[in-house]
Amino acid sequence: MENFTPYSAFSGGILIGLAATLLLLFTGRIAGISGIMGGMMSADRTELFWRFAFLAGIVIGAFLFHQIRPDFYQPRENFPVWLLAFGGFLVGFGTRMGNGCTSGHAVCGIARGSIRSIAATITFMASGFLTVYIMRHILGLVT
Amino acid sequence: MKLIVMSLISGILFGIGLTLSQMTNPDKVLNFLDIAGNWDPSLIFVMVGALTVTSLFFRKIIKRPTPLFDKEFYLSSKSVIDKPLLIGAAIFGMGWGISGYCPGPSVAGLGLGTSEAVVMIFSIYMGFIAHRLYNK
Repeated sequence: MENFTPYSAFSGGILIGLAATLLLLFTGRIAGISGIMGGMMSADRTELFWRFAFLAGIVIGAFLFHQIRPDFYQPRENFPVWLLAFGGFLVGFGTRMGNGCTSGHAVCGIARGSIRSIAATITFMASGFLTVYIMRHILGLVT
Repeated sequence: MKLIVMSLISGILFGIGLTLSQMTNPDKVLNFLDIAGNWDPSLIFVMVGALTVTSLFFRKIIKRPTPLFDKEFYLSSKSVIDKPLLIGAAIFGMGWGISGYCPGPSVAGLGLGTSEAVVMIFSIYMGFIAHRLYNK
């Protein structure tokens, strides 16, 4: 477990929780990234603008932190593009069908006591564990 | 305008949090999901940290009549666990386990300068469109 980083993970989690709390308190919106991305496809002006601002904020925040502490990010090399695209497609399809992702269900939904979010979180975690098990230990596809 | 500035500030905090916690490292995400391998449980602390804050405040906030900068809260009113929820979550988990990216880190990746972010965002939108067609 040489790569175990509980403190930075916890601190980052606090910031994510704080971001979601501020968004809800001030704007009344849930910080669910898949929902915010999905709403970019069909929305009126105000809806489009706040969504764009939030997503742009994520890019800016990641960029700024990376400038100060580049050691927190290690780019992945040589991951097959077709496999990445296939995974991304499933992420898009699944989050639409299931009404949310890690942020909307696991961070926001559970906090407001949504039973749907609890069920969704258990399901996508279990599915993620199972998928990696099959990918790495049965198919031996990616290291 | 206030709404947009607040969304931007919240997004910036979110992006810093994702990068600091290393949710943006797909290898770390996959090592977190790989219990049978060289398991790295770090990322469970991201959820613990985030939920610590949101659990503390969310219920109090939604008891307010309105948010500070808008007229209403925009929350899902669904309360039944149905098939699309579970099947959708399972499909999302597959995509997450294959790629190592969920939607937030895919967006944050643009700020880190990785071409993987472009592939992810493009294919996520392909998935959105496919779901729209499937639902017709």
